[in-house]
Formats: sequence, structure tokens, C-alpha cells
Amino acid sequence: MSRSRTERLVNLVICLLSTRRFLTAAQIAAIVPGYEHDARDQRDHEAFQRKFERDKAELRDLGVPLETGTTSVFDSEPGYRIARGDYALPEVRLEPDEAAVVGLAARLWQHAGLAAAASSGLAKLRAAGIDVDQHTSLGIEPVVTVDATFEPVTGAVRDRQAISFAYRVPEDDQSTVRRLQPWGVVSYRGRWYVVGHDLDRGAPRCFRLSRMVGAVRRLGRPGAYAPPEVDLIEYVAGFSGPVERSGRAIVLVRQGRAAGVRRWAEEIAPGAAGDRVVLSYADPHWFASWLVGFGADVVVLDPPEVRQAVIERLRAIAAALPGGVATLEEVAR
Amino acid sequence: MTASIDRLGRLLNLVPYLLSRPGIAVADAAGDLGVTERQLREDLQLLWLCGLPGYGPGDLIDMALDGDRVTITYDAGIDRPLRLRPDEALALVVALRLLGETPGMAQREAIDRALAKLERAAGADAGAPVTVGQRGDNDRLEDLRRAVEGRRALRIVYYTASRDATAERVVDPMRVLVVGGRAYLEAWCRQAGAVRLFRVDRVDGCVETGQPSAVPPEAHPVDVRDGVFRSTTDQPLVTLRLARGARWITEYYPCETVTEGPGEHWTVTLRAADLAWATRLVLGIGPDATVLGPPKLATMIADRTRAALASYGVDR
Repeated sequence: MSRSRTERLVNLVICLLSTRRFLTAAQIAAIVPGYEHDARDQRDHEAFQRKFERDKAELRDLGVPLETGTTSVFDSEPGYRIARGDYALPEVRLEPDEAAVVGLAARLWQHAGLAAAASSGLAKLRAAGIDVDQHTSLGIEPVVTVDATFEPVTGAVRDRQAISFAYRVPEDDQSTVRRLQPWGVVSYRGRWYVVGHDLDRGAPRCFRLSRMVGAVRRLGRPGAYAPPEVDLIEYVAGFSGPVERSGRAIVLVRQGRAAGVRRWAEEIAPGAAGDRVVLSYADPHWFASWLVGFGADVVVLDPPEVRQAVIERLRAIAAALPGGVATLEEVAR
Repeated sequence: MTASIDRLGRLLNLVPYLLSRPGIAVADAAGDLGVTERQLREDLQLLWLCGLPGYGPGDLIDMALDGDRVTITYDAGIDRPLRLRPDEALALVVALRLLGETPGMAQREAIDRALAKLERAAGADAGAPVTVGQRGDNDRLEDLRRAVEGRRALRIVYYTASRDATAERVVDPMRVLVVGGRAYLEAWCRQAGAVRLFRVDRVDGCVETGQPSAVPPEAHPVDVRDGVFRSTTDQPLVTLRLARGARWITEYYPCETVTEGPGEHWTVTLRAADLAWATRLVLGIGPDATVLGPPKLATMIADRTRAALASYGVDR
């Protein structure tokens, strides 16, 4: 923006803040430097109108609450003003420890898309007289990244407007278009989700933001629904939450091997053939596939369902090997 | 947000900023506001031309610029900053929630108070539609944080997944990081003679040594902007063919390339810390993953599978 344009916009803000009456475009043009034009010359007048429209849009983008209205019933043309109460940040006082955590919070996005918004927000707090020490540390530094769809999705939640998006999980060959009334965005275990009412399934659903493909589109009108009062975390955790490890297995672990298994041991009893290790597990098949990763260093003794699951998995891997299955004799060699 | 709007926003903010800090040094203000001193002086020059209609000496913004120090003497009515935009309110409020939910975090009470005040100041826009839930071993994290703050060396028992081995080592803590919801201790490892990131959920034991930490001056914090996992070209490049049931690994392991097809199969390449780690990974995935390279890995997988079957007394 040219210097004169910035100057004109600052003057426009000051002018509209100082007036109680709504000022029409023509009145503004007569007051604020930079809008001088010949209203009788159509081309000149249209150029002014375009300039003024651009300036209004710029102010609104910046968050300046531009009010439109008429001062009296006799006014034929609407005018503009800025209500001081809507413009100004309300009084906010932060104790030094509060200001320090706000400064730290603003740094959280340092590596992500919201960094600019956080630092301009912080600049406003500073302008409100708050001193923020940017160099404090709480000993723990969270580094937060967000998915590209974070901003459009949170915007839609704020406006209570339905969205549609292409969604793809790795198991699918194609993405499918989903339509959702989003209730809220959730950060859970470092991943971002949106929970809402799925318009096609007619039921609540949860989507991972990282699995959305392409742009998020808005559907229908804003304010079209009211999100229910539900605990969204519970909702997301329900899909990936902790499960009870009620199964108990005994495995034989070769001496000095498979530290990754040993560290989950509930008991370890040394033996000549290896250490007998007691482990608990939730899902026998998931547990079996984890154990298979350790190869011959770990042999399941009990229960039979896990032992069998391991053997079957090993057989399936062997069958898929190039060159097929070796015989025991080959292994022994 | 364009650069032009940025400047307008900066100017509208500058007046109340200076107003609340009479006599502030221009250099300090520039540092605080994240602009160069030269830029700030240009902004001040421009503000001098702005003011109330009439635009006479008593209408324009006025300030006393005394060498290096500046005092606003007339603000022309922009004495308060603009209220927070929805995106600014969201960025600050959600960041505070993320901080507050980070396990082991100190100052939780200050975070809650700051959050309440900001939510009030942001008004209607504070209803940031974002909920935060973290996880983690609070006690362990708190121990590590205290060691960082107290500058105390630690003896940790650490499981190294790439080597499938647990070992004790003495470390000098530098900071605790939470990246992607996972906590790490960044420390100078005396055994390795280098800065290491230790995953907190793999710290199986931790005691203070009684010595102060001694982080050498050459220890630099790790740049985690693009994630914690740093692949290097000297690590073996593993190529896998994945059937549908194994495609999920592309969401959990940083893959260098992912090629879809033919059919349901995807071909992915990823850097492995070493081939023994890759063997455990591929065997753990099961028959839905086939090794395309390097050949040595394929041989290791085949050998380990046969050996494992043999240990169950099964040959096919």
C-alpha cells in the first residue's frame, strides 16, 4: 500500500471514530484527505466509488467494525461510522505471570499457520498496556502444527455453517464427499479432528483433519444449527481411546534380546531356555502382530489363542515371501 | 492478510502502544513490536500526518520525539487497540488451552486465569470452537521439567527402539518438548557426546545424579519445526509394497514417497534407522507388506520368519 493510501485509511478510521452521525460517502470525500474528486465528472466519481469500496473492504478485513445506517429518517443515503465501544479492545489487565503464559502461548504457533494471528493478537494486548516477556519458559515447550483445513473448519464451526469436503482414509482407493454440520474441532493426542452431525449418515461422526483432501466448501446458510452440549473429547477418545488389557500371556524371551518386549513385562523369571515374561494385552491379534516383529527372540507359550495367532501370521508372511516357504532342514543348515 | 493491511493495523496499534509507555526508547518499541527501528520511525513520520478532520496543528496526532525516546502527546481518538479479530482470539485462546492441557506443565493456575481474562476481552469471539485433550505421564514429565528448571543431571534408563535395547545413560537436560502430542526430553547425552531427543514414553527410569547439569556450549537445541524425525541420506532407504491392510503406516511413519497402484498396492519408501529396526517394522506389519529393497532387508526378513517358525516347531 502506498504511503498516501495508508495515511488516507488511518484518517478515515479516526474520522469515523470521531463522528456520532453517520457520514455519507460524499461527506467523507469532502472531509478525509485523499478522496478529493469531481463528483460531476462521472469517470472521476466512479473511480472514487471504487476506491472507497476497496478501503471499506480493507477496514473490514482488519476487523474494524464499520457501521452502516442513517442518522435521521430524512437521510436518503446510508452513511458510515465506527462505534468506539465496538472498535476498542475491552479493558484487560494481566498479572505478570499471566502475561508470561500468554507470551508463551503466542509462541506455540511459531511453526504453524496461526503464528501471524497470534502475534498480531499479542501486539494488541501490548498496545493495551500489557508488558509481555517473550523469553520466559515453563520448562515444557509444546510445538503445535495444524492441518491446512484447520482454519476453514474452525471458521465454519464458529459460523455454524455446514461444510462439505472430500475425505479419504488410507484403506480407501477413492475419496468420498462428506457433508457435515461441524460442532467443534478437537486436538487429541497430537492429531486434529472435527466432530459433527454427518448429514448423509444422519448421525454424529468424527473426521481427522489430515484426511480431508482439497478444499472445504461451505453449504447452506450460517447459523443453520445449534451444536449440542456434548463432550467432544469423549467423542474422539471413543474412537481411539485406551482399552483395558485384560489378557495375560506368558512368552519366552531370549536372554539379552527383545528389550522392547521386556520393558512391558509384569514379571520376568529367568530360565535356561530364556526368560519367562508375563505380559498383559487387550486384543490378541494386535498383540500377536506386535510380538511377530521380534521374530525368534520371542516365543509365545500361553495362551493358545495368541500362540496360534503368531504362528498363523508367521506362516502368512512366509507364504508371501519371494521364493516361497523354506523347509525346516534349510533353516537348520 | 496482505502486507498493506498489516501496516494499517500496525499504525492503529502503535498509537495506544506508545500512549501507554510514555518516553519509551524507539529501539525497545521496535523490538517489542517486531519491526526494525527504521520501519518504526517511518511509521511515526506517517502518523504525524494523520488526525481529526480539520487536520490543523491541534487535530493531528502529536508526539515528542526526543532523540531516541518517543511520547505521544495527542492521540486523535485512537487511544485503544482494536478488539481481537476472531482468528486472533482463536490463536491465543486455543494456544492457552493447549498449554493448559500439556501434561506436566507448570503455572497451570496462571494459564487458567489468563485464559479467563482473554476470553472475556475477546467477547463473542472467544467461543473458540476448539477442544484440547492431551495425554502423557504427568509425573514423569513433571520430574523432567523440574530437572530442566533446576539444572540437574539425570541418570535415565532409556529404550532405543531403533536398536531394540534398553540402556542407562547420564544426560544434562535442556528442555522438554511436546511435538505432535508426544513429549520429548532434549538433553546433552554424555555417552553420545551430542544433543539427543528422548521420547518420554521410552524413559523407563529416571533418577537425579546429584550433580548439576553441564550442558556444553556447543549443545544447540534441535530444530523441530518440521517434526522430530530427521532422516538422513546415510540411513538405508527401504522400499515396501503395501496391500490395502498395511497402507495405514503412511499415516504413522514419515514416508519419503508414496506411489499408489497398481491395484490396491502402494509402493512407499522410507528411511530406516537401521535394517534391524526395519525388520521388526515389516514383520510387525505382517503379510500385507513386502520388501522391494534393499535386498539385504528381504533376506533378513526371510531368515527371521523361518527362524521364528522353526522356534515354534513349525515348518510351513
